[in-house]
Amino acid sequence: MPVEASTREAYSKTLVELGKRDPKIIVLDADLSPSTMTRLFAQEFPERFFDCGLGEQNMIGIAAGLAASGKTVFASTFAVFASCRCFDQLRICLSQAKLNAKIVATHSGVTVGEDGASHHAIEDLALYCSLPGFAVVVPADAVETVQAIEVAANTYGPFYVRLSRPRTPLVCPEDYHFTLGKAATMRQGKDATIIAAGIMVAKSLEASDILEKQGIDCRVINMSTLKPLDEAAVVKAALDTGAIVVAEEHLAQGGLGSRIAQVVARERPVPMSFLNLKDAYAVSGKPNELLERCGLTAANLVQAVGAVIRRK
Amino acid sequence: MSAIDIWAVADLQFDSQLMLNRSEVSLENGPAGNVFDFSVPELKEMARRLRRHVVTMTATAGSGHPGGSLSAADIVAALYFKTMRHDPKNPAWPNRDRLVLSKGHAAPILYAALAESGYFPVPELSTLRRLGSRLQGHTDRNLTPGVEMSAGSLGMGLSFGIGIALAARLDRRDYSTYVLLSDGECDEGQTWEAAMAASQFKLDNLVAVVDCNKIQLSGWTKDIMNLEPFSRKWRAFGWHTVDIDGHDFSQILTAFRGAHDTRARPTAIIARTVKGKGVSFMENSVRFHGKAPTPEEAEQALQELK
Repeated sequence: MPVEASTREAYSKTLVELGKRDPKIIVLDADLSPSTMTRLFAQEFPERFFDCGLGEQNMIGIAAGLAASGKTVFASTFAVFASCRCFDQLRICLSQAKLNAKIVATHSGVTVGEDGASHHAIEDLALYCSLPGFAVVVPADAVETVQAIEVAANTYGPFYVRLSRPRTPLVCPEDYHFTLGKAATMRQGKDATIIAAGIMVAKSLEASDILEKQGIDCRVINMSTLKPLDEAAVVKAALDTGAIVVAEEHLAQGGLGSRIAQVVARERPVPMSFLNLKDAYAVSGKPNELLERCGLTAANLVQAVGAVIRRK
Repeated sequence: MSAIDIWAVADLQFDSQLMLNRSEVSLENGPAGNVFDFSVPELKEMARRLRRHVVTMTATAGSGHPGGSLSAADIVAALYFKTMRHDPKNPAWPNRDRLVLSKGHAAPILYAALAESGYFPVPELSTLRRLGSRLQGHTDRNLTPGVEMSAGSLGMGLSFGIGIALAARLDRRDYSTYVLLSDGECDEGQTWEAAMAASQFKLDNLVAVVDCNKIQLSGWTKDIMNLEPFSRKWRAFGWHTVDIDGHDFSQILTAFRGAHDTRARPTAIIARTVKGKGVSFMENSVRFHGKAPTPEEAEQALQELK
């Protein structure tokens, strides 16, 4: 079994470290601080933490006002509420206003599990990627989360960082270095490329191992920054391997797959395949049961890679 | 005072945690109060000038929202020319009092006040809503000097004001934050989320001024979504609340002083106003919520505002 770690725990610990170094760091939450784990920051710096109660729209407005007054604001809640509940506020107060607030959402995707469809944020990437000026980051594991949060704190402008509920496998090497807008090639390969984000990076590595045994040399790219997208890495993958599979824990429209397909179609059309949640909500269940039911497993990826190679 | 001296003073006065660079620190100097400090007759004259600008601007643009700009003219005149501590030559001065225009469609009255204060040249007002203008149909904080917030979707300004007021407390600054809302926008639930939060955070440096002109886009507020008993609602949310005639300068100024003296809770000023105030055929007119006067109507309006 791979070593697992919690991305939200990594986030909260990083927040505390940032808070020690930089008094401009302010943290907001919407009555979910025990779950998002921003409570750690609240306990350390009570005067710089504000619980906005169950009012996500108000929280985004407050974040904007603080940011306009020179603060670096982190606002957290579950990904469903951080995207769907306050989209107009994100649009006007952060995107149009160009303010320095970081929305770090936990409990994204179907791996929220038992809480069911209402709590599965699977359209959040489409929403955030549609907002001009936003940086959108989906860390692959806890290691990358730490670095992504530090980069967000030190980069002016609105950010969306998408984290998970369950502990997730550690996939980034010890010497990993996150750069905003740069893809990380996790495994070299020449027959096909899997481009993935978040928890699907681990599944892709697993698939690549299986493919290797079948004699297929599959590249794996961790596209943790969806926006701004590393178009060069996409084009290179198309040129070098001639086939691309995109894997994401998100609906088919508007997420990583859509963004990569635009680049491939424009720059270097090659056969592509997309593993995602299609156009449907999921149901209650255990995270791994749901990934299986939704077709987001290593076995599904192996199959997709084989199929896309045959279309070359 | 040389730049170096200012740096030293700033270090004493403000937390070094602000990590201000030198150019920002040099911005720390500013007026002790309102640089205009107008008398009531002078305010009345200024409000008349602002109203004339609103009529001319919207007529020139051929679109815009004159009604809710005219109703707020006296409140805005009082803030910029008597109450607020601000420096038109230094819009980013950290210690400035802020006006957040939550009712973003009343941009013309804000632009008029900013121009008359000296944030940008008065002739620029004629570019309202034109391609390439800094004066957008609804406010944009990144384009117009003196505009604090981008707005246009209603109900967001009070939340933004809370953020600014919290920052003042964190930075131990004594500026005040004024948020100008419309009564119609209080239909938006977010206004009440913010009303609860401001009270919870005990923001006595925050003042909500509601321009109660009793009309929203498609009709009278009482018919569309009745807000009354309006003052009692704000009181119930924990606000120090005063109900005033929003066209009476002595009441407006008294309310602002009362807000300044209030401790441990925010102040709501429920300003009863007349939509389209100052122009007979625009007063209490639903039509002029979001419609510009024709050139002929503008001429008549300007006659009345002489």
